[in-house]
Amino acid sequence: MADETIPRRNFLLGAGTAVAASLAPLSPSQDAQAAEQPAPAAPAPPEPEPLLTLTATEAAFLSAAADAIIPADELSPSGTDCGVVIYIDRQLAGAYGAGARTYRNGPFRRGKPEQGYQLPLTPRQYFATGIAAANEWARKTYGKEFDRLAPPDRAAALSAMEHGTAQFENFSARAFFGRLHGVVMEGFFSDPMYGGNRNKVSWTMLGFPGLPATYADKVDAYFNKRYVAPPKSIADFS
Amino acid sequence: MTIRLKEVDAVMVGMGWTGAIAARELTKAGLDVVGLERGADRVPAEDFGLTTLRDELRYVHRLELMQDNSLDTITFRNAADQPALPIRRFGAFLPGEGVGGTGSHWGALYWRNLPSDFRIRSALTERYGANAIPADMTIQDWPVSYEELEPFYDRFDKLCGVSGQAGNLKGHIIAGGNPFEGPRSDHYPNKPIKSGLGPSLFGEAAKSLGCHPFPAPTATSSAPYVNPEGMTLGRCEYCGHCNRTACEANAKASPNITLMPALRADPRFELRTRAFVSRLVYDKAARKVTGVVYTDMRNGEEYEQPAGLVVLSAFTFGNTQQLLLSGIGEPYDPASGKGVVGKNYCYQFEAGGVAFFADKEMNPFIGAPGMGVVIDDFNGENFDHSGLGFFGGGYIVCSNGGAPLRAATAARHW
Repeated sequence: MADETIPRRNFLLGAGTAVAASLAPLSPSQDAQAAEQPAPAAPAPPEPEPLLTLTATEAAFLSAAADAIIPADELSPSGTDCGVVIYIDRQLAGAYGAGARTYRNGPFRRGKPEQGYQLPLTPRQYFATGIAAANEWARKTYGKEFDRLAPPDRAAALSAMEHGTAQFENFSARAFFGRLHGVVMEGFFSDPMYGGNRNKVSWTMLGFPGLPATYADKVDAYFNKRYVAPPKSIADFS
Repeated sequence: MTIRLKEVDAVMVGMGWTGAIAARELTKAGLDVVGLERGADRVPAEDFGLTTLRDELRYVHRLELMQDNSLDTITFRNAADQPALPIRRFGAFLPGEGVGGTGSHWGALYWRNLPSDFRIRSALTERYGANAIPADMTIQDWPVSYEELEPFYDRFDKLCGVSGQAGNLKGHIIAGGNPFEGPRSDHYPNKPIKSGLGPSLFGEAAKSLGCHPFPAPTATSSAPYVNPEGMTLGRCEYCGHCNRTACEANAKASPNITLMPALRADPRFELRTRAFVSRLVYDKAARKVTGVVYTDMRNGEEYEQPAGLVVLSAFTFGNTQQLLLSGIGEPYDPASGKGVVGKNYCYQFEAGGVAFFADKEMNPFIGAPGMGVVIDDFNGENFDHSGLGFFGGGYIVCSNGGAPLRAATAARHW
């Protein structure tokens, strides 16, 4: 693994140790094998994939962020190559991006952190505002936009947002990182029909079999024994 | 212009567990019942199938089966001196919406209250003295006892096809069950569901510490089962998707599979979905509720439905809101302690951790919330609180199951 990337495992551990629990531990021989192998080939998208809503600047930011969180390595291709940016674009262009199922009337007041999201922005507007604020902060801090930073600076910048040491203008960098990380994880781990997790790459990485998940006859048979099956997605049964 | 409808014998405000159970009892007693539900209808064969339910993004993150917050929400605060702000999207707790309500998406861990829970103020006073309960601790005894409620617990066990191991059968303690539970009049209708490696390790560790582990009781059927309503429940497939999702195997008990088919076939019952109740109508002189006003969310028309009996069968928030909006009862004032409407609301909360064993194969995708081992040694009055500075407690469960997305984002705060 190139030394300039964020150590991926630390990122994932920070996101919840459950992921670590899900990461199939490799046997020593597998581990050695894996280290020698190049990154899995990035699956080529079948057709050109125009963006529905993201601007070029937003897409560049999200691509850089997705690749910092999910670098191409022996475990998977980069976040962008796994379809994470396409996933975010599709989500922000649809009902989620428009604020579906969210209470969007006043009063809008700055609450305690435990009172949760209190901004009037839809997710689409939130990411537009957050990316602009993050790029503004990156220009002040590093002299250029986030996506133009070298990988170690991208990692440091995201880490500063995550830990709240980055100060955006009138916008919580920490909350922004949380939400950014959330959609990147969604794009990486959701069913591939949403545009991310291309070729079920994250499920393959984890050893998650996907559908149909009928395991009544597997519980005892695979007690303390790894159950391995090629992952199946919703499209495979459609 | 409110359109006044023909009077019926009874109307349910909400068609989750409470509405379905009460409607079924009332139609059996010969009453004509209308069930009002603010959300959509949910029919298992149509709405709870594969491949749909395996979509973790849709159900776990986008909360398909929960209350639509674009229409309605609640405000909250953590202390009386804070401004109360709207919850813009439910997260910490998840009221359901649509026929079946929260009963369609629960994790199905299945508990009876402890006998001491019913008389908590008396129990604490007897054990720790008259001055043990702080003045601002508003706990009180229930007006019913465990013994009075037990036959109904037993009935609900059988309606749901609950899987578990009895620990106290008519006063006899049974090895392998929960020795702290109140006396049961009968066994669980189904054997416990299977355990996984993680829960088994937890059970061994708990036992070595002198605790009393037992299989988690769960309203998830371990084998095909026909309930007393004649409804067939399937066998749990350990898919790992229960929580926030419905069950395509029809193993997890929900109003949709345990009761609704009987109600749908009953000419005495009429279901009206997308019917949003806005207030109760009552005769002030007689102090009797005479009906409800609701909006048909399909066209915006407002209706008054008169009824001999009005059952508030929504979640606590909805029921309390109806009383407050209708001016019924005295609202609770936390400063003076006066009033009862809205008092002593409590929601279950859970704290959790995740363990990683590099040398074990957990297959975390195989499971169910109820696929677990529990100890009840630190719940309620099952242990001595002398000198601890708190009352209460909880069960401790180790369960297996979880799909990738939820695990990856579990520790993130939005």
